Amino acid sequence: MSLITVKHAKKMYKMGDEEFFALNDVSFSIEEGEFVAIMGTSGSGKSTCMNMLGTLDKPTSGEYYLDGADVFSMTPDELSDIRNNKIGFVFQGFNLISRTSAIDNVCMPMIYKGIPESERYKRAREALKIVGLENKENNMPSQMSGGQQQRVAIARAIVNDAPLILADEPTGNLDTKTSIDVMEFFVNLNQKFGKTVVLVTHEPDIAEYTKRILKFKDGQIVSDLPKEEWIKQRNRET
Amino acid sequence: MIDFKSTLSIALKSLEVNKMRSALTSLGIIIGVGAVIVMLAIGSGANKQVQENMESMGSNILTIRSATAKSGGVSMGMGSKPTLSVKDAEAISRNARGVDAVAPIMSSSKQAMYGNQNWQTSVYGITTPYLYVKNYEIKDGRAFTKDDDNNAAKVAIIGSTVETELFGDINSLGKTIRIGNIPFKVIGTLVSKGTVGPMDQDDLIFIPLTTAQRKVFGTDFPGSVNQIIAKADSLESANIAQSDIEEILRTRHNLGKMQENDFEIRNSAEFQEKMKSTVRTFAILLASIASVSLVVGGIGIMNIMLVSVTERTKEIGIRMAIGARAGDIRMQFLIEALVLSLIGGLIGIVAGITIALLVGKLFGTAVVITISPILMSFGFSGLVGIGFGYYPAYKASLLNPIDALRYE
Repeated sequence: MSLITVKHAKKMYKMGDEEFFALNDVSFSIEEGEFVAIMGTSGSGKSTCMNMLGTLDKPTSGEYYLDGADVFSMTPDELSDIRNNKIGFVFQGFNLISRTSAIDNVCMPMIYKGIPESERYKRAREALKIVGLENKENNMPSQMSGGQQQRVAIARAIVNDAPLILADEPTGNLDTKTSIDVMEFFVNLNQKFGKTVVLVTHEPDIAEYTKRILKFKDGQIVSDLPKEEWIKQRNRET
Repeated sequence: MIDFKSTLSIALKSLEVNKMRSALTSLGIIIGVGAVIVMLAIGSGANKQVQENMESMGSNILTIRSATAKSGGVSMGMGSKPTLSVKDAEAISRNARGVDAVAPIMSSSKQAMYGNQNWQTSVYGITTPYLYVKNYEIKDGRAFTKDDDNNAAKVAIIGSTVETELFGDINSLGKTIRIGNIPFKVIGTLVSKGTVGPMDQDDLIFIPLTTAQRKVFGTDFPGSVNQIIAKADSLESANIAQSDIEEILRTRHNLGKMQENDFEIRNSAEFQEKMKSTVRTFAILLASIASVSLVVGGIGIMNIMLVSVTERTKEIGIRMAIGARAGDIRMQFLIEALVLSLIGGLIGIVAGITIALLVGKLFGTAVVITISPILMSFGFSGLVGIGFGYYPAYKASLLNPIDALRYE
C-alpha cells in the first residue's frame, strides 16, 4: 500500500462569476521511502497540492489517503494528530517561533504529542545532533543564520519520527552553498533514515537531488518521471 | 489535548518572551485589586471610627425632653415647658423594660470663673448614673456622693477643656470656682473624650442635680428637670424601652387619648443605625468605584490578548501545523490571560495593603484590613482573567492553519 494516494483532487476558487481550478483532477501516489520533487511555475498548483498533502488545506473534491487513513473525512482534532505524528514540515521561511531557543522550537511537536519533559529534551538534543547544531541549542532564531534556522526546522520535522517530510521551497531563502548543505540533509533523511520526502521547488538544481519529479501546470500534472528520464527530457528540450 | 502542566509552561514561556507587555497588562489588574483593597480598608476604617465615636457619646441612649411650650401660637422652642421631673425618672427606672440606667439632668450655659479667668460653658446638674450613661470617667478626685446630692453641696466636676481654660497648668482639685457668682469646690476632673464633629465633649461642668435645681437654675417648678437620659440594655431593647417610657410618662402626666405627648423621646439607636447605614453606603460606593478600575483592568487584558493573538497569528499557524489542536491553542491563551490577572492580583494585594497602611499613617485615617476583601479581589481578578481572556483565546483557536501560516 502506498504512503500517499491522491485520487481526482480538485480545488476550486470562485473569483466573481469565474471559477478557477488551482487543482484540476489530480491523481498520483507516492510509496514509502520515495524522494519526490513537485515542480512548476507559480500558480501551477504545486503549493495547493503541498498544502493538501500536509492536511492544512482541504480540496473541493477528491480523495486523499495517508498511510491508509482517509484524511478528508477527519475532524480538525484528528488532522492535528495526523500532522503531529505522520508529517514533518519544513517551510521556505523556516517558521521557527521567534524569541524561543532552538531546543524549545524542536521540543514543540513533542509537547503536543504529550511526551514527558525530560524525554523531550533528550530527543530534541539527538535531533539537533543529526543536523549538526548540538552546540546551538540555546540560540534564538535571530542569532542563527538562515541555513542554521532551516536545520533547526528539519530537526523539528523529524523529532516526532514522522514517516513523511514535506518541504515547501526549503532552499528558497538560502544562498547556493547553504542550499547544497540543506539538500544533503534531505538526501540523508531519505537514504539513511528511510523517510519519505516530498519537496516543492521551482529550481531544477534542487529537483536533481530527488529521485522522481512531478511537474504541475495549470492545476494538472503534466509529467511524472524518474529523475534520469526527466533530465534526458530536459536536455532534449534545450 | 495536552496536559495542563505543558500548557502552563508554554504560556509562561510566551509571557516571559514579552516581559514588558506582560507587566503593563498586569498593571491594570494591580491597580484594580490594589484600589479595591485600599478603598475597602478606608471604608471599614471609617465604619470603625464611627462606631468608636458612637460609643464615646454613649451608646443606646434615649433622650427624653420636655415638649415645646406654646405661648399664643408662638412656639417657645424645645424643652421650654418644664414637664419632666425627677419623679418621672424614678418611675422609668422602676417600670420600663429594657432600661439599664436612668439619669435626670438639668443643664444650661453659664459663665465659670477662677481668679481672673472666665469661660462660658455648659453646666449640668446630674446624678451619678449620668457618668455611666454617657461614658464619662473620673480622672482625678471623686464622683458625687449621696451626701453631696442630699445637701445640695456646692461641689463640681470639670471637663478637661474647662480645666485648661480656667486653670492652665495649675492643679484644679480643691480649688474654688464661681459659677454665676456661686462658689463651687472642684472635687474631680474628667478623662478627656475628645470632640465628635463640632461638639467638644470636654467643655462642661457637672454639679449635683439638687444643687442645680435649688441654687443655680432658679425654677418655678421644684423637682423639674430639662432632660432624662435613659440607657437601654442593648440596641435591640431600645425600641421596647422607648415605648415603655412613652406609656409611663403619658400615664404620669395624665394625658388623654387625644392629647399629644408633652415630651419628646429621641432614640440614639435610630441615629446609630442611620450613621451605620450611611457609612456602609460610603464603603460600598468606594468599593464599587474601585471595582470599576478592576473591570477596566480586565478590559486591558482582553485588549492586549487580542493584539497578542493578531501579532502571533503566524506562531499560532506554526503550532497548528506541527500538531497543536484548537483546544491546545485556546487553553494556551486562556492560561496566559489567567496568569497575567492572577500575578496582577497578587502584586495588587501587596500594593493595596502597603498603600492602605501608608494612607492610615499619613492622614491619620483609621484603616481596617480584613482577609475577606483580599480573597474576594483575588478571586475576582481570576474571574476577570478568565472572562476577558476567553474571547481572544477562542478567536485564536478558530484560526485556519493555512491562513495563519501565510500571515505576515
